[in-house]
Parts: sequence; C-alpha cells; structure tokens
Amino acid sequence: MSAMPAITYNFAYLDEQTKRMIRRAILKAIAIPGYQVPFASREMPMPYGWGTGGVQVTAAILGADDVLKVIDQGSDDTTNAVAIRGFFQATAGVATTTRTEDATVIQTRHRIPEAKLSAHQVLVYQVPIPEPLRFLEPRETETRKLHALADYGLMHVKLYEDISRHGHIATTYAYPVSVAGRYVMDPSPIPKFDNPKMDDSPALQLFGAGREQRIYAIPPYTKVVSLDFEDHPFRVQSFDKPCALCGAENVYLDEVILDDKGGRMFVCSDTDFCDSRRADGHQGEMGTAGTGTTPGKAKS
Amino acid sequence: MTDLAFSHAAPPRPLNGHVMLRASGLAKTFTLHLRDGVRLPVVDGASFEVAKGECVALGGPSGAGKSSILKMVFGNYRVDSGSILIADGHETVDVARAAPRRILKLRRERICYVSQFLRVIPRVSTLDIVTEPLRLDGVPAEEAARKARDLLARLNLPERLWALPPATFSGGEQQRVNVARGFIARRDLLLLDEPTASLDAQNSAAVVSLISEKKAEGTALLGIFHDAQVREAVADRIVDVTRFGAST
Amino acid sequence: MSMVDMPLLVAEGLTKYYGARPGCLEVDLEVHPGEVLAIVGESGSGKSTLLSLLATELAPTSGRVRYRMGDNALRDLATLTEAERRLLLRTQWGFVRQNAEQGLRMAVSAGGNVGERLMAVGWRNYGDIREEATGWLSRVEIASDRIDDDPRAFSGGMRQRLQIARNLVTRPRLVFMDEPTGGLDVSVQARLLDLIRSLVADLGVAVIIVTHDLAVARLLSHRIMVMRRGRVIETGLTDQVLDDPREPYTQLLVASVLAA
Repeated sequence: MSAMPAITYNFAYLDEQTKRMIRRAILKAIAIPGYQVPFASREMPMPYGWGTGGVQVTAAILGADDVLKVIDQGSDDTTNAVAIRGFFQATAGVATTTRTEDATVIQTRHRIPEAKLSAHQVLVYQVPIPEPLRFLEPRETETRKLHALADYGLMHVKLYEDISRHGHIATTYAYPVSVAGRYVMDPSPIPKFDNPKMDDSPALQLFGAGREQRIYAIPPYTKVVSLDFEDHPFRVQSFDKPCALCGAENVYLDEVILDDKGGRMFVCSDTDFCDSRRADGHQGEMGTAGTGTTPGKAKS
Repeated sequence: MTDLAFSHAAPPRPLNGHVMLRASGLAKTFTLHLRDGVRLPVVDGASFEVAKGECVALGGPSGAGKSSILKMVFGNYRVDSGSILIADGHETVDVARAAPRRILKLRRERICYVSQFLRVIPRVSTLDIVTEPLRLDGVPAEEAARKARDLLARLNLPERLWALPPATFSGGEQQRVNVARGFIARRDLLLLDEPTASLDAQNSAAVVSLISEKKAEGTALLGIFHDAQVREAVADRIVDVTRFGAST
Repeated sequence: MSMVDMPLLVAEGLTKYYGARPGCLEVDLEVHPGEVLAIVGESGSGKSTLLSLLATELAPTSGRVRYRMGDNALRDLATLTEAERRLLLRTQWGFVRQNAEQGLRMAVSAGGNVGERLMAVGWRNYGDIREEATGWLSRVEIASDRIDDDPRAFSGGMRQRLQIARNLVTRPRLVFMDEPTGGLDVSVQARLLDLIRSLVADLGVAVIIVTHDLAVARLLSHRIMVMRRGRVIETGLTDQVLDDPREPYTQLLVASVLAA
C-alpha cells in the first residue's frame, strides 16, 4: 500500500456509476439524433467553459486502448487542449496524438478537423449553449415544447433578421442545422465552414454541455442540413488566398498578425492538417516545405 | 301578462304579396332602473301595415312614441310584446323575435334607417359613408362613387365637402349625407326619422322628390315628418300613434 | 345551411373557478364567420377570463369550447393535441393583446414580427416574406422604411398596428382582441379603431373583442355581451343593447359614459 501514490483516480477520473449514467444519455442521444438529452453533469476539476461537458463525454467513452486527440480552435497546442490532453494522460493513461488520422477519440472546441474522419473515430464537441432557440425564446419550458412539436419557424426568424440587417445570413458560427429531418440543433460554436462536414459523416459525433447538462449526438451517416432560405441559400465562408504556410485551399484559415504595421497572414486553423501537408512537401507563399513545424506546435 | 298578450304570441298571419311590413299589437315600456325602476310606457297595441310602393307617416305629437316605433321596426329597440313582420324575399321575418344575426341580414339587404343624426365614424370620408350600402351590395367602387356624387349634388352638398369626414359639418349638411346614404341603394323598406328636420325649403323639396322616386320603384316607406308640407307631399296615409298610447 | 349560417366557435356552459372564487360562470356563446362580438364589463367582470378560456389559454373548470375545423366539423378544443392547438393558433386564429410587449417580439424587427407566422407555416423564400410583410405594414399604415426597426422604437399606436398586421398576415378566421385600444391617446385610438373596422370588414374575419369601452364596442361589433360577476347578464345586437338596455347594470354602464 505504501507504494501507492498519494491520490488515485478511477480510470478517466469519473466513477463507473457516473460513466454508466453518461453512456445511457449518449445512447439515448444517438437513438434520437439531434435531441438534447439531460444528464446529471458532475463537478469537474476545471471551470465551466473549459469543456466540462466534452470532458465528461470523453471520459465515459474512453477505453484503455483509445488514442486521444484534443483540439481547441483547430489547434492541438493551446492551453485548453494541452490541459485536457494532460488530464486524460494523468487519469486514464491513454495514448494521445496530434495526428487526426491516428486518433480514435477527438475532443474539440470550435472546429472539425479538415481531414475526412472515418468510421472508427468519435468526435466529441464541447458545447457552451446547446439550445438553438435560446436567442429568441428564453423559457426552457417553451423551447422544449417547440422541439417536441418541431415548431421551428422561430429559427428562420433569426435568419430573416440576419438578412434584413446585413443583406445576407451573417451567422458565421453555431449555425443551426436540422438533423435527420427532425430536430434543429446547435452544432456548438464551430464556424459554419465546418457545417457540411457534419453531414453524412462516417464518424460518430457527440456533443456535451456541462453547465447546461445536455448531451446530444449525430450518429454516423446522418443527414445534417444547414437552415436557409430558397433565395439566400446556405454558403460556407470562402477565403481569397490559400494558406500562407502550406498552400491549402478550401480550408478554414486563421488570421495571424505579424507586426504592428498591418502585416498579417492567413494560415490553416487546423495545425495538424497544415503540418501534414508541409511534411508532404506542400508550400505556401510564406512557408518552408518539409520542416513540419508550426511556430509553437505542441510536442506530444 | 294579460290573456291578450298571450294571443299576440300566436303565429302571426303571413304577409300577402303587396304588404312589406305589418306591426301587430306592439307594446313597449321603458323601465328606468337608475330612477327607482320607474316605468315609462311608450306604446301599447300598435298595429299598422305598410305596402310596397306606399309611404306611411306616423302621426301624433312629440312624445307619442313615433321614433320608438321606427326604432322597434329597425330592431334598435326591443319589443315587449306583439310582432313586426317584414317581407324578406320569399321569407317573412318577425323583427320582435328574430335573432340578432337575422336582423343584421335584414338591415344589410332589406331595410334602411335614416336617422335624424348622423353617427360619424372617425376618418371616414363623406363619399365612403354614402357609398357603403352600395359596396355591401357588391357594386363596383366607381359606379358607387358616381351614384353618390349624383345624389350629393341633388342635395346641394358643396363638392368641397365630399372628400371630408362629416364630423365638422353643420346639422343640415350631416342630414343630407345621411339622406344620401339612405337613398343610394335599393332597399325594400325605408325608415325615415324626420329626414327634412334641419333642411331649408329647397333641400326639403329634393328629399320629397327622392321619396317619390322610391315609391315609384316599389319601396315601402315609413316615416316621421314634422313638416306638414312635406308630409302632405309624400304620405299616402297617416297612422295616428296617439291611439296606441299607453296608459300611464 | 351555407358556411356563414354555421357557427365558427361555440361555447357551452363555460365556467372557471380560481380556487373557490368564480372567474366566469355558465357562459354560452356562438360566433359566426365574419361576425364581431364584443364582451363588455368592468374590470373583474370575468371578460378577460372568458377570452382566455375561448382562446384555450386557460382550461375551463367545466363546459366546453368547440371550433369548426378545416374539415367543417365542430371539434371540442379540449381534445386537440398541443400540436393541433398551436397550428390553429398560428394559422386560423390571431390574438391582439392590450400590452404589445406580450403580443410582439420586441427584439425582432417589424418585418420579422409580421413574417414569423409565415415562416412558421413553411414560407422559405426571404423575398416573398419581405414583400408580404411590406404589404401588411402599409395596410396598417406603417411606412415601409420602418420594416427593419424593432418595435421598441415604435409608439403605442404603431405597436398595436404592428400586432394587427402580425396576426392578420396568415388570413385567420378568428381573432381575439383584449382591449386593443387600452392605454392609447384618444386620437390614436380613433385611428386604430377605424383601421380594425375596415380590415375586419375587408377580410371577413370573425372577432371576439373584450373592452370596457362601450364606444369601442359600438364602433366595431355586431353583437355585444355584457358581463358582471362572471356571468353574462345581457346580450343582443350592439345598438339594441346600448340604446335600449334592459338590465339595471347595463343601464348603469350606458349612463356612465358620454355619448357611447
């Protein structure tokens, strides 16, 4: 006994009863695509807003032979991603990776990886506000009724307001989607650029909201449609230039300020994707081929 | 109630071909609850007929109940007992018992009431007020407006007033608007409550000729005419209301 | 019988108790297509309770309300599913409230307020929704350049007119109105009343309007029901009840206002 560390955790921190409870919620969520299943969210050793919902979902599905990747805004090396990866290394001892294709479980905040996911992968989203109707209807009792009755006119009022104010649908993230032709769902604050990736994805997609105590899901190969108007159809953002480092086109780019004289560049938001491309010899106008390093990239 | 009152409840005789209106045994008493329930009898046992193409004047001094009788015929006042049969095409309606919706239908299609005073609706122009009965009949707006302009011109209402709401008009002007509205459409029964009360001789004469035209068209008219000359000119018969006087 | 001869809404023995206190007692009524029925009485007379019962916002303690559905059959509204009830509310019915903040989405533009019911019944073309909303704003005399302003920037009269447009846009068959002119200046009231009067006549919509203002009842309604202490004490043609009131209480009401 004296050889034991001062503190021991159950595998992946949560006790088995809690994990079972969360798994039941996940199974229900998969059975009813897009429906928000309430669950008894636990206190986690991190503050709300740091991904407590996603962490609980990940903890409930993680097995000893899983390979975990954690990204925040597409990057593996931000504080939030590093902290959560470290948390599961410490509490579950699972292998971690930054390579999308090597991961079996990917927890994400605000992005879907650029690389196409496959059927052996699970994408776990961290969700701050799960209710897509909250913008116009503050009463939870009423939003539940609206979901139950598929009474979604209100969702289009929000889009109408966008067009009337900006001339186009100005919602660029957390863009509402209809899942399997039934429930309207908030895809968490991912850019609408990523919305088409949810549609018909081979990977299981799970969404966890810790503070709001909701879990919802998109099962593999499910129809996911972004809401729009006939004369203002849904469109993803497009970028004028390719990634400055790897030259990729049709990917989501982040703006990086280079100096205080207005210098800036646009680079892949998905750091792993950018690194892989450069390792394969692709090169953008400001990048160097083959180094495989992005400034500040995490070493795992 | 007396036995006599019960006899009024028996099914009234149906109207034959030429009778437009038949009132039988009309009785009406106002009960003023705010004045310790004092009862004001108006008429008791009023009976008369008006035939198609006929103008009948209600006669008698003021306070004898002439206006009340007109209002009962229009369904504006309730009837305590008796019946008021009005021919409605092939049907006969008893205004004393008819459901509100039936009376409204009768008012839309058969009866027009020209009151002494115009009830002004805010913001509605004179032309719109006058053409309304025609528009309810489905007459095209332009044709209705043309008829209204003709009538208003005959009644010497200055043209500059036609587009204005009559709220600020003089009594005589308002009365002519009212007369125009009452005479513009074809109705089987016209009820006239002193249609010339505020009019000068010239305009009274215009109203007299309008009434004569209505009679010639087969319209039945029942009216109160204080002006003896007008009454002489238009009335075929005078029904003296004092003989229906209710005993106090 | 033609459609017009068949009642649209039928209430029988409608009763509501709040605990032991009666809100509304044994009310029977019928409303036909295109008919305007005014329910008058002082505050506490039960008229607002009755309106809520008719509009299925309150459940009666006893009695029932039936409505003629699209298939022409009278349905007991208590047997509707919530989905059917809501569909009815946003397609065939309207509700204009005294307090515009309860009847409008105050954070949504005028166009969005008018368009909401269209979107709720499946309109998905922005241009069409916009055009329909613009047309309705002009019908209620709101300048088309105000379409993107939200109602917080509107005067009391404009808010009520916007509520009317928002309700009439789906051409309902029945509109409930709860003191629609309450709290407005007299001149603003007159304009609103005239607008309601002509829209109701043009569209042939049936209206059940609750008001304590007999002048409003006279101007808008065909028939009137006088309520006191939860009961209907007098009913009939509007001009008949107001010009020849029979009940002591109705006589008092009529005598209490100037030239109603």
